[in-house]
Amino acid sequence: MFFIAAIGVIAGAIGVVTLSNPFYSVLALVGHLLSLAVLFLLLRAEFVAAAQVVVYAGAVMVLYVFVVAYVGGEEQPLDGQLTRRARSRGADGRRPSGALFAGALLVELLIALLGSGLKAVEGGGAPYAPGPSAFGTPAYIGNLLLTRFLLVFEAASLLLLIAAVGGVVLARRRGVEAEL
Amino acid sequence: MSIGWYLALSAIVFCIGAYGVMIRRNPLVTLLCLELMLNGANLALIAFSRMWGNGDGQILAIIVMTVAACEVCIGLGMIVAIHRRRLPIDVDELRELQG
Repeated sequence: MFFIAAIGVIAGAIGVVTLSNPFYSVLALVGHLLSLAVLFLLLRAEFVAAAQVVVYAGAVMVLYVFVVAYVGGEEQPLDGQLTRRARSRGADGRRPSGALFAGALLVELLIALLGSGLKAVEGGGAPYAPGPSAFGTPAYIGNLLLTRFLLVFEAASLLLLIAAVGGVVLARRRGVEAEL
Repeated sequence: MSIGWYLALSAIVFCIGAYGVMIRRNPLVTLLCLELMLNGANLALIAFSRMWGNGDGQILAIIVMTVAACEVCIGLGMIVAIHRRRLPIDVDELRELQG
């Protein structure tokens, strides 16, 4: 089960990066998020998996699809079709250098993650106790959010409010006097 | 299933996202690749939460999702504003802040 979901996650991620049409990139990201939700379920994070599917793969991706349709996501091939200004700045060499940096980052992260003493602390994990307040259920998460992490919860709500207002201000139709 | 598999998968997803941020020129796809990076971090957080049997990692993952939603809201608002001004949707052409 882990490997099926992992293949879905990696295929979705590669699809996001390599597909030339932004619309198909969004669809690949939806597949990626659904596979990731399966992994979250395997890790006994039921509430986070549900939130991932409903909020992330549902609402946020709908927002993306709207904007792609509005902006009219034109095809942008990965190679070629660079503008002259971009070419004069040497943007041709970006793909190999980008791959080099990403590969170096991957090697470094893998060394840091797998070469450390993580295997020493690897245990059985959370004991599974079925019930309404078991690990990862909505009751458990809600209890933590409203007691121990109340300040974080309120800060997140304030951040969401600010972002919503900022998004409206940024995307509103400018008046004639504000037109520069 | 060992925790190392999950961490390796999260590192792979993070690096694919970083690669996309570096090579793609469409700001929409750049935002999508940022989501990939955040999701890689989320997977690592939830794997650690499972490892310790502690809910803190899951709370942090939910907060990361909230911040990602805010970032999407602001980023898409900026893209719509750019589109309204009839500027090209290309991160190489939008260099005004750079001077």
